[in-house]
Amino acid sequence: MTETRTEDTVLDVKNLQTVFFTNSGLFRAVDDVSFSVRRGETLAIVGESGCGKSVTALSVMRLVPDPPGRVVGGSVTLEGTDLLGLDEAEMRNIRGNRISMIFQEPMTSLNPVMRIGDQITEVLRLHREMTSKETWAKAVEMLRLVRIPEPERRAQEYPHQLSGGMRQRAMIAMALACRPALLIADEPTTALDVTIQAQILALIVDLQKTLGTGLILITHDLGVVAQTAQRVIVMYAGKKVEEATVEDLFENPRHPYTRGLMASMPAVISFGAKTDARLTEIPGMVPSLTNLPPGCAFAPRCSLAVDRCRAEYPPLQETGGDHFAACWRATEMVAAP
Amino acid sequence: MTDQRPLLEVTDLVKHYAVRGGILRRRVGTVHAVDGVSFSVGKGETLGLVGESGCGKSTVARSVLRLVEPSSGAIKLNGTDITGLSKAEMRPHRRSMQIVFQDPFASLNPRMTAGDIVGEPLGVHGLAKGRAQQERVAELFAQVGLRADQMKNYPHQFSGGQRQRICIARALSLGPSLIVCDEPVSALDVSIQAQVINLLIDLQRKNDFSYLFIAHDLAVVAHISHRVAVMYLGRIVEIAEKSELFANPRHPYTQALLASVPIADPKAKRLAPMVDGDVPSPINPPSGCAFHTRCRYAMDRCKLERPALVEAGEGHQVACWLNDGTGRAE
Repeated sequence: MTETRTEDTVLDVKNLQTVFFTNSGLFRAVDDVSFSVRRGETLAIVGESGCGKSVTALSVMRLVPDPPGRVVGGSVTLEGTDLLGLDEAEMRNIRGNRISMIFQEPMTSLNPVMRIGDQITEVLRLHREMTSKETWAKAVEMLRLVRIPEPERRAQEYPHQLSGGMRQRAMIAMALACRPALLIADEPTTALDVTIQAQILALIVDLQKTLGTGLILITHDLGVVAQTAQRVIVMYAGKKVEEATVEDLFENPRHPYTRGLMASMPAVISFGAKTDARLTEIPGMVPSLTNLPPGCAFAPRCSLAVDRCRAEYPPLQETGGDHFAACWRATEMVAAP
Repeated sequence: MTDQRPLLEVTDLVKHYAVRGGILRRRVGTVHAVDGVSFSVGKGETLGLVGESGCGKSTVARSVLRLVEPSSGAIKLNGTDITGLSKAEMRPHRRSMQIVFQDPFASLNPRMTAGDIVGEPLGVHGLAKGRAQQERVAELFAQVGLRADQMKNYPHQFSGGQRQRICIARALSLGPSLIVCDEPVSALDVSIQAQVINLLIDLQRKNDFSYLFIAHDLAVVAHISHRVAVMYLGRIVEIAEKSELFANPRHPYTQALLASVPIADPKAKRLAPMVDGDVPSPINPPSGCAFHTRCRYAMDRCKLERPALVEAGEGHQVACWLNDGTGRAE
């Protein structure tokens, strides 16, 4: 986990706390979350809407809208620099340069009245001392790197002339133009069709390998996680409930929520399965963050919950082999099938 | 499952949209949204319709309900051709076909209570009024797993999953024989998705109606459907029993689609995209087989002639020259 910070660690987040002040009270969108990302490593953050996965990313980027939100605790260390201590100008120097982020909907993150090439050169002009000729050449090179056909022509085009997949490629080109140490991808393929999704994911993983970038992949899709990540964090109601290597997580999920998520996913490969076989469902719904139960937030939906779960929040504990789970009954799950 | 006579029979459905441009709004092109689609849905059967955005699956759904007027083709419901019917003649048929939309936030009137929303169709069709309507609505609420005391609540007071339950209750209120589900779970979280899919399956078991189930998520379609049709650029390229289609996909596009789904098993690492490039524009679809621009098996013939949907095994139809008795894509 985070105790051993090696040379390789790109990002180290410790006890991050982000809260939002709203009319209906204060809620903890991110509550005591710690993780680290190494060079060339992919860390997936999984969870359902409202679990705090996006706010975690925005907190790292220092992009949480204030008001109503604020990072109130913890530390975010990128390549040895504490980002939470920087002023806005210094932070701006880091964003797009050392950390980049790509979002779900490429159309809303691209400027519709600027040519694709100009949008990429903008990053370079801000962070690198290059002539405009050099930046344009670099922009075209980046478009080629993300495998956009005819990059010279595409650089001259506007976002609306590109398809959804192309736009996301352009976003990736922009994000990687300055060779950041860390790339955060927030649901990068959710808005895309499945064949395009496969192309984009393969591209991100490929580029990350060649460039050695650390990657945080935020997604709700366990399939995407299994195919891309090395380590996984599962979040529920603002808290990290489980962390493990991807193989370990899928083979032996320790938290009942992770188990529930896996069981509730219909599998494509269900040849033998009866047509109208029911899916295993997680009863109830994600609790509102303004009104969390006193103990474990998942207890009201958990079939294994005992009295202790409803009274005390379980600490995150190691359950063997770099596998952490926040569940009072996690150790019993080790043996369970 | 399949009855002797299908409940819904769609023959050669075509829907073209005009693209207009210039000051005179002259027709400058045509979107071939649906380009000759035929299929049938049996009683109590679920037909899944999969395809990527822009393939025309939602247009098919809406045409079936005559929410959009098809350009040509025939739609038979229970043996009656409903394509030429007037609005008034259509009305009695509307009772037997209902739709559930993707976005339960957009398809519920925010100023009506949940009870009124579900009860409205009963009033419109003169089936129940006043107390009887209230009782019927309460019954419907129970069927979809909502409490009767939630009838007086407004849509914003419900979660996404619950809102979709309201939409389902509304669709059920008239006792339909066909429910068209247009991406009913795409907007929901995974854990809630499973609840809604289970509900749909349970309701079908109880009431024996048919679903035309449209989704882009293969896993969801695979789970709920009996038969699956795969669409690409306005045409059905393959249609088969579910287990047959997933075990033995014949069309290169179906194969690519299946291979693109990320499997939730880290040992099955195989993120190798099987198709390059994007879906071509339906305004100017490629000649011949529309998939030939992305197909790894494309031959000269594919560029020139459009393959028809032909039998390739029991109940398995494919539109691909490779399957035209000469061989198959492996």
